[in-house]
Amino acid sequence: MNRLAPSPAARWIIGAVVGLVFVIPFLATFLFTLSSPDGSYSLDRWVALFDPENARRYAPIWTGLANSLVLAGVTVLIVLFLFTPTMVLVALRFPKLRRGFEFLALLPITIPAIVLVVGLAPIYLQIGRTLGTGAWTLAFAYGILVLPFTYRSIQASIDAIDVKTLAEAARTLGAGWVTVLVRVIAPNLRQGLLAASLISVAVVLGEFTIASLLNRQVLQTGLVVINRQDAYAAAVFTLLALAFAFVLLLIIGRAGRAGTGRTPS
Amino acid sequence: MTSADTPPRTLPSTSDNLLIADAGEGTRVEFRGVVKEYGSTRVLHGVDLDIAPGEFVSLLGPSGCGKTTALRVLAGLEKATAGEVRLGGQDVSAVPTNRRDIGMVFQSYSLFPHLRVADNTAFGLRRRGIGKKDAATRAADALELVGLGHLADRFPHQLSGGQQQRVALARALVTEPRVLLLDEPLSALDAKVRVQLRDEIRRIQLRLGITTVFVTHDQEEALAVSDRIAVMNAGRIEQIGTPEDLYLNPATPGVAAFIGVSSVVAGVVEGDVVTVWGVRLPLQAPSEPGPVDVFLRPENLRLADGDAPGMDAIVQESTFLGSFRRTLVRTSDGALVRVQHAATDRVEYAERVRIALSADPVAVRPRERERD
Amino acid sequence: MTTVRTLTGPDQDRVIDPVASEPSAPARRGRPAPDWSWLGLTPFAAYVLLFLALPTVIAVASGLFDGDGAFTFDNLAALGDPVILATFWNSTWVSLLTAVVGAVIGALVCYAMLGLPETGFVRTTVDAASGVLAQFGGVMLAFTMIAAIGTQGVVTKFLRDALGIDIFAGGAWIYALPGLIPAYLVFQVPLMIITFMPALAALRPQWFEAHLTLGGTRSGFWRHIGFPVLAPSFLASLLLLFANAFSSYATAAALASQGSQIVPLQIRTALTSETLLGRENLAGALALGMIVVVAVVMWGYALIQRRTARWQA
Repeated sequence: MNRLAPSPAARWIIGAVVGLVFVIPFLATFLFTLSSPDGSYSLDRWVALFDPENARRYAPIWTGLANSLVLAGVTVLIVLFLFTPTMVLVALRFPKLRRGFEFLALLPITIPAIVLVVGLAPIYLQIGRTLGTGAWTLAFAYGILVLPFTYRSIQASIDAIDVKTLAEAARTLGAGWVTVLVRVIAPNLRQGLLAASLISVAVVLGEFTIASLLNRQVLQTGLVVINRQDAYAAAVFTLLALAFAFVLLLIIGRAGRAGTGRTPS
Repeated sequence: MTSADTPPRTLPSTSDNLLIADAGEGTRVEFRGVVKEYGSTRVLHGVDLDIAPGEFVSLLGPSGCGKTTALRVLAGLEKATAGEVRLGGQDVSAVPTNRRDIGMVFQSYSLFPHLRVADNTAFGLRRRGIGKKDAATRAADALELVGLGHLADRFPHQLSGGQQQRVALARALVTEPRVLLLDEPLSALDAKVRVQLRDEIRRIQLRLGITTVFVTHDQEEALAVSDRIAVMNAGRIEQIGTPEDLYLNPATPGVAAFIGVSSVVAGVVEGDVVTVWGVRLPLQAPSEPGPVDVFLRPENLRLADGDAPGMDAIVQESTFLGSFRRTLVRTSDGALVRVQHAATDRVEYAERVRIALSADPVAVRPRERERD
Repeated sequence: MTTVRTLTGPDQDRVIDPVASEPSAPARRGRPAPDWSWLGLTPFAAYVLLFLALPTVIAVASGLFDGDGAFTFDNLAALGDPVILATFWNSTWVSLLTAVVGAVIGALVCYAMLGLPETGFVRTTVDAASGVLAQFGGVMLAFTMIAAIGTQGVVTKFLRDALGIDIFAGGAWIYALPGLIPAYLVFQVPLMIITFMPALAALRPQWFEAHLTLGGTRSGFWRHIGFPVLAPSFLASLLLLFANAFSSYATAAALASQGSQIVPLQIRTALTSETLLGRENLAGALALGMIVVVAVVMWGYALIQRRTARWQA
């Protein structure tokens, strides 16, 4: 029983006012997408998007989406197979490096993407010459962008289990290091890894700054292109993308809470 | 009671005012038929309790027995569904917490983190409109009373758990409240600190003569500091009495099981005696004839010679407790029993011994027929 | 008394179940093997070096060199140009305004959610929605703004047709600097909710109750305990919001397809046109300027966070 809490009346007033103000843009966007030339409301525009005949018109979006999905996948791979093992290694062998690591992981928040991209331009020029100009190479930059968020999730999971003891127990039972990592530690980090992966997907799908200034086609740049020729289509895709991200984050939230329940000793 | 390294305290002269003003003039506290329900769950079933001025009463019981709820109703942090609470003869059920003139110490984390120890302590005085200088002096006295005058400039997070609770105590007492309420103040502390602090709380309470209600689940703690103890279970008071009373004459099996260490063995009641291991023992309270569970205290049992009346047993473990030993044995009919005996009597694992009973009255609980 | 056989040896005083004795650790043989685990850190180190450290150094250092590679202070001097200064000022006041308004509204929403169960419907929904809006896609937010209060927006039309109010009577401000304000608020408020809620939830009910027992009132609590304890966290969140708005690019880029009234847009212009104001590598100088501002703010944020962490421990 929390006596600090506001009265139900206060809750409702604040909730209603702020909620209304925030719902309006999305409601408006929805109504916007429903409007047809003759003034009535219909779902024509929604249906038209998925009509194969229009595929060419909306190509920028579909290509952009495909690229973004690939990017999301590669970024998640970076998170799972580069960040996570490194963090586990630090937890097991280099606990003193933890604070430095934390500072490093939170650094990208301090360095705005717009600044980073100024320095990434020449680097990506080189990458373009060696690995090609495909959009997937952006994943390397995206890994840096998601580092702060994924660090928080994974580190929380690592802290919640005593990695050192688990590893030692496994070693005394005869496990090699790969087994320890894959069969003992990783399953216990599942929650943090899931949250980190989903948040990476969300951030990658929403990224615009770096992609746009490095001239790659991703979902967001596609949206901007489409917006110039068909604002209604852009609005529909916007709503779809936001809804998708919302569901992703709901899953993270639910999975996160569900997993924290421990059986009482 | 004092540990050897607690420095003797001399009180500054101004705190004599605290002593003179309140010694022996404590406030009477009464619970009359207090009922508390949360929705359809009844947590307190009509609690009646009369606490004399200056008395130190503990509310003792397992988690969920309602002791904290009862304390909070007294504090005004919860509102009773029925019944009334009286302070000094007046019904205060309708008086809000901040006007009941009580001092309360919580289990933990109740010090305001952004204020230094001195400001925390003086807080109640300042809220009552007492000037900065006066408040500071009285707060300093209160901190001296709990032995923390030298830490007045620290922040709570710089103090240990025991120190924080002392400050909380000083803060609660400095306003010279009518009643002191303590909600498991020692539960979050280390064992050694717990013992030191409980003795200090009792000493201060005796000096100030302030009526005190102390909630705890630790029976040893309650036995050590209280004038009387109210043992609670499932929202009711099972027994109220002095520590000796409760220990020697538990009124219910619940109390017997909760206070002190007991072993449970089978016996049969006939008339006003119970037969255990072929020995007849007097009953503490009358009981229905028939099979019963008998509560035996370790000090009621002893290691005897092989032919004494009693029971054969095999030693399971023996623990050295300084001035005596307590040995866990398994009797030949399968019961596990603890026996207290001289520290010099050493026994071995799996050694066969003979357990004898002293002739003290025992508490019993009827066995239900379906029980295994 | 039973005659007791005493054991000889150090275990005399304690008779324990023999199964409970502990095995001793096996003895170490020879020198310990060299520790190669350092190698395990190199992939990550190389990655961070290449994609974080290097770009940052290039970005800020490029401002110190001109197009031919010679060292020069010209680009830095350009930061003093009135146009550039105006840009920095624009960024600053827009960020400050949206940070303050966002912080206040966000704090109110957190207060409205205080005491609600963490896994309940309201909080999980608000948390997910806040996460989406705070971190996900300035471009899409810009589009929703246009759809709502753009010149052809639904709300604009409604106000014009139903209430006769023309919000663009003074000009199409939504595509200019003022248009950024409502757009930024849409992600500032959620960011505030995410960052501030933990601080608010850390207010202990014991403080409130202790305050009551000491004779305080409900409003007195907020004045003497609540606000003072929350002030550092509020300030920290405010700084975070400022840095967030200052760094933001996508929303502005989507709303204002031309023009460069704020620093990130100015960087865009500097990158996409060869020379600006006759100086190359101006983008680097601008980047340096941005980093200095954001770094100072974030350093303040980190400082405050470290201190309040002690209180909440």
